[in-house]
Amino acid sequence: MAIDTNVIFSRPKALSENITHYCPGCTHGVIHRLVAEVLDELGVRERTVGVAPVGCSVLAYNYFAVDFIEAAHGRAPATATGFKRIRPDMIVFTYQGDGDLASIGMGEIVHAANRGEKFTTIFVNNAIYGMTGGQMAPTTLPGQRTTTCPQGRDVSLAGYPIRMVELLSGLRTPAYLVRVSVHSPLHVVAAKKAIRRAFQLQVEGRCYSLVEVLSTCPTNWGVAPTTATKWLADNMLGYYPLGTYKDPDQEVR
Amino acid sequence: MTKKLMKGNEAIGEAAIAAGAINYFAYPITPQSEVAEYMTWRLPEVGGVFVQAESEVAVGNMLLGAACTGKRVFTTSSSPGISLMMEAMSYMAGDHLPVVIVNITRGGPGLGGILPAQSDYFQAAKAGGHGDYHAIVLAPSSVQEAVDLMILAFDLADNYRTPVIVIGDGMIGQMMESVEFPAKYREPVNPETKDWPLTGAKGRKARVIKSLFLDPKLLEKNSFDLAAKYKVIKEKEVRCELYKVSDKNRLLIAAYGTMARICQTAIDELEDEGISVGLFRPITLFPFPEKEIFRETAKANIRAVLTVEMSMGQMIEDIDRCIKGKKPLDFYGRTGGIVPTPNEVKDKVRQMLAAK
Repeated sequence: MAIDTNVIFSRPKALSENITHYCPGCTHGVIHRLVAEVLDELGVRERTVGVAPVGCSVLAYNYFAVDFIEAAHGRAPATATGFKRIRPDMIVFTYQGDGDLASIGMGEIVHAANRGEKFTTIFVNNAIYGMTGGQMAPTTLPGQRTTTCPQGRDVSLAGYPIRMVELLSGLRTPAYLVRVSVHSPLHVVAAKKAIRRAFQLQVEGRCYSLVEVLSTCPTNWGVAPTTATKWLADNMLGYYPLGTYKDPDQEVR
Repeated sequence: MTKKLMKGNEAIGEAAIAAGAINYFAYPITPQSEVAEYMTWRLPEVGGVFVQAESEVAVGNMLLGAACTGKRVFTTSSSPGISLMMEAMSYMAGDHLPVVIVNITRGGPGLGGILPAQSDYFQAAKAGGHGDYHAIVLAPSSVQEAVDLMILAFDLADNYRTPVIVIGDGMIGQMMESVEFPAKYREPVNPETKDWPLTGAKGRKARVIKSLFLDPKLLEKNSFDLAAKYKVIKEKEVRCELYKVSDKNRLLIAAYGTMARICQTAIDELEDEGISVGLFRPITLFPFPEKEIFRETAKANIRAVLTVEMSMGQMIEDIDRCIKGKKPLDFYGRTGGIVPTPNEVKDKVRQMLAAK
């Protein structure tokens, strides 16, 4: 008897088969997959170039089956600008962590967004430096302990964590700026929707797009992989409200 | 092709277009801001790209991304701006990316001044960024030569997949001279003819342009590959010029760029006094004309070598290394925007010859 088989779930073509180096409980893998699914669905994999940051996801190019440039620390938006201006027909995205984007790369991200560069940024915010071993990031929460603030972040010395989407929303240039999270299946679905809209707007050549994705770092938070998503929900959602902060189809304040 | 009277900075911009390089990224800095002002109206005429970046740090990293397209890309800047680009310079060398960077040098260190100097020799010729790398360095001594070397710079960058620096002191950028451009301008490079640019992973494996090699064996291999490339460059791309070099010379002057032209005047005037001096002018600061300077210095009639620079003495370290103690070596230099005059050079030559 012949059996009808329909593939209902498979690896996206935009993801390679390499085994990831990410820690158990880290959500980089989920975010990678969402980006890859969107590239497949929009049919742009073969004309996409990714720009990798410095940090845990510096090796992102090992996991995506698209052309990739490895940028210097924080400079991915400048590197993406250089490429995209010459090849506006290609789809360009930067994948950056919070140390990369909100600290050393603050100048590059603000100016790329302000020029309205037509590429997409996936901004992974896990409130800490991962690759270097858990130091304080510009996004580390007040009172959060890290290896460079073992007593907890002192806002009188380090200032308050930077809310990047809110900060970029202050720019007059039209953009798509949204914050999502991947700590539950429901949030993953919403995150994918935002990532898809970000890339769709780029395909249409309309505006700069940035999706901030709240992400986990159990290793450097000092929590079990199984409880990392709970830590995110308990500690990050209050300070980093989810939602769309700017959309080219919405009225600009 | 008729000759045009042009300011050096504008001629440099036009030369890039003649080389088929129509993608330009820059940040304003004296004494070369005229290049950006020229390109801002000239590039749209040829369908090119110009982005005024937020900083020279961004310029360098825009160039990195731009070079990954496989098209010809370049920037122009001056000393403090070039320092800020050294991050990207190191990455682009490690990435084997072709790119042209023009340094219209001003006096330093620090913010220094805005007048011409040659005090960035070390940074250019020895690698200003981190890691084991070199850039090819071309040093024009006239506006015409700046045009010719700009075109050569893009060819060398493409052939060797390496950053190339064109270094001209502020004088080269600011003075006006008559120049001639090629009758036929080059077509922009087609990236599809190369096997490394990022064009989208269509019908092939994904390509990655990177300088990170966590496996030490692979990092060493990348450094071996770079070293092998520099070896070929040293064998094939050395360029220098001799002026009034003969067996009558009693002394040899080594100078490059604008300083070499001033030394030519000094040499002409000394000749009228019956003092025969030759000029050795490196055109490539890397690869340095090592064998050539040794050969000229070793000649029996040469009593001593004088290096003249618009710096406190930087190229002299290469001269010293290359002449291997064959002849006494002396130095004359002014800096901070003060340019040695022919009379100062002549006095120094007379003084050296009198001391014998």
